[in-house]
Amino acid sequence: MGNGDISPLTAVLPELGLLALAAIILVLDLFWDRKARANLGWVTAGGLLLVAVLSVFMAQPPETPTLIWGGMLRLDGASFVFRMIFLAGAAITALMVSENQRLSAQGEFYALMLVSTLGMSLMASAADLVMLYLAIETTSIPLYILSGFLLRDQKSVEAGLKYLLYGAMTSAVMLYGFSLLYGFTGTTQIYDIAAGFSGQNGLPAVYPAAVIGAMLLVLVGFGFKVSAAPFHFWAPDVYEGAPTAVAGFLSTASKAAGFVVLMRVLSAAFSDQALVWSGVVAALSIGSMVVGNFLALAQKNIKRLLAYSSIAQAGYMLIGVAAAGAGGESLPYTATTYYLLAYLATNLAAFGVVAAVSRLTGSEQIADYRGLNQRAPGLSLALAVAVLSLGGIPPFAGFFGKVVVFASGIQAGLTWLVIIGILNAVVGLYYYLTVLRVVYQRAEEVEGETPLAIPAAWKTAAVLSAAGIVAIGVLFLPWYNLSMQAASSLLTFR
Amino acid sequence: MIPLSWYLMLAAALFAIGLFGVLARRNAVAVLLGIELMLNAVNINLLAFWHRSQQLSAEPHVTGLVFAAIVFAVAAAETAVALALIISVYRRRDTVVVDELDLLRG
Repeated sequence: MGNGDISPLTAVLPELGLLALAAIILVLDLFWDRKARANLGWVTAGGLLLVAVLSVFMAQPPETPTLIWGGMLRLDGASFVFRMIFLAGAAITALMVSENQRLSAQGEFYALMLVSTLGMSLMASAADLVMLYLAIETTSIPLYILSGFLLRDQKSVEAGLKYLLYGAMTSAVMLYGFSLLYGFTGTTQIYDIAAGFSGQNGLPAVYPAAVIGAMLLVLVGFGFKVSAAPFHFWAPDVYEGAPTAVAGFLSTASKAAGFVVLMRVLSAAFSDQALVWSGVVAALSIGSMVVGNFLALAQKNIKRLLAYSSIAQAGYMLIGVAAAGAGGESLPYTATTYYLLAYLATNLAAFGVVAAVSRLTGSEQIADYRGLNQRAPGLSLALAVAVLSLGGIPPFAGFFGKVVVFASGIQAGLTWLVIIGILNAVVGLYYYLTVLRVVYQRAEEVEGETPLAIPAAWKTAAVLSAAGIVAIGVLFLPWYNLSMQAASSLLTFR
Repeated sequence: MIPLSWYLMLAAALFAIGLFGVLARRNAVAVLLGIELMLNAVNINLLAFWHRSQQLSAEPHVTGLVFAAIVFAVAAAETAVALALIISVYRRRDTVVVDELDLLRG
């Protein structure tokens, strides 16, 4: 942790950097010719690295969480750590998108992705309902466009529209909840809302049932963002139809943004209803794990399989959130944040490989992965690492993520929930290993070009995320401490 | 002077009608209309609550007004993107009926 006082302008320097980067990309796109434009992915990734450096050296959060910009943003460990997660996700995604001939307008693609990252960064630090709503929409609206970005692709346009209709509806429900919260307490400041419920803001105290009603409305919006059942219906369709890199971005960075908001708002505004939301989140968690894992078993398309897998993974992460409500001190949020870090590297690697394979072979069917090992040993290895990490096999990051999440559940006394989680993890292992079996099965005759030629940008993306999976798993402690830094600043009520 | 509860009931009714429209209508444009109704219900809520807290407290504040203005702006942006996506779907698929968009399923 760095300097004691930090000026409001320095604090949002990373966000300003993202905005400037988006503008630079658009200008470069205008002036560069077709050949030079292939480098826009590298420029975006490099710029994001620069923003990350800026964030580490200029915008470190102060020791005590501080409200800036009139209480709109809160500088704390969580906003810092999650900003890093979003920047890493966006950088890897940018590398995966480059060299993509199907994208007609690359500059716009990167600019929209950067604006969305900006919105996520603001989501992680928003401390006011107005700011939070604005940040959520700044994140979502570019993502709707990115999902429908392949204008000539029938599936992509359908995915974009479906994502928008689901997203707009759930965000309207969430907003109705926000308006009730404002009405009950007379404030939109997230950290003042809890006091307002008991009548400390000059308005009469609120019926507990009304508070819980508003909380459920708000949870609809957050549940959509983290793709938890029963708000998951969009996920398989959108992941299948959207450009694969966008699906990877949705399942990692966008999900992480949803989780940080969920954790912050529940523990700050609803601290007196902790047991209630713990129960509701536990129910969402069970639903997500069961729906995700069992529907994944039947999938033939690898992107749909990963979509259902990502719903199930959200279920495991929600165990941590439920444990926080049931009284698990700082371990539960640390566990969820660590799981998100592990999941970021893992799912980016998985979607990166799927993107590369689908562009090289033109297929997204699991059956067509037969003999991939003979055609692209490097990609197969990256996919193997990712799939084993998703399944929770040591020494990969996913294993340690599951261990800490389950440990936090047991510590909070939610042993029954953890048992359901472990049973689900066993079911999950089956379909993950099925993918692996297909990839390493020896094909009698391999169709098409052998070995596949893989562009440098994709190699870099795959190597970086695969290395991340191993590093987050093997070097456990630094990542765990980072997660703890985020978690301790989110816990305000104990 | 109209009591607060009347505004809240109006907003709740409008919200319910909008939600029904979103869930029951099959035309993407009609679904969008339903979402707009829901957002307008939110705005009525915000302004009614703002008015009440203004009457109760001595010092003036604008939070509710700012919130409502931002909801307007975001709703406009969302509608613009939604119509663009609907047009692109119509060009590719010759339909805007949500039920007929069934390439993605399983």
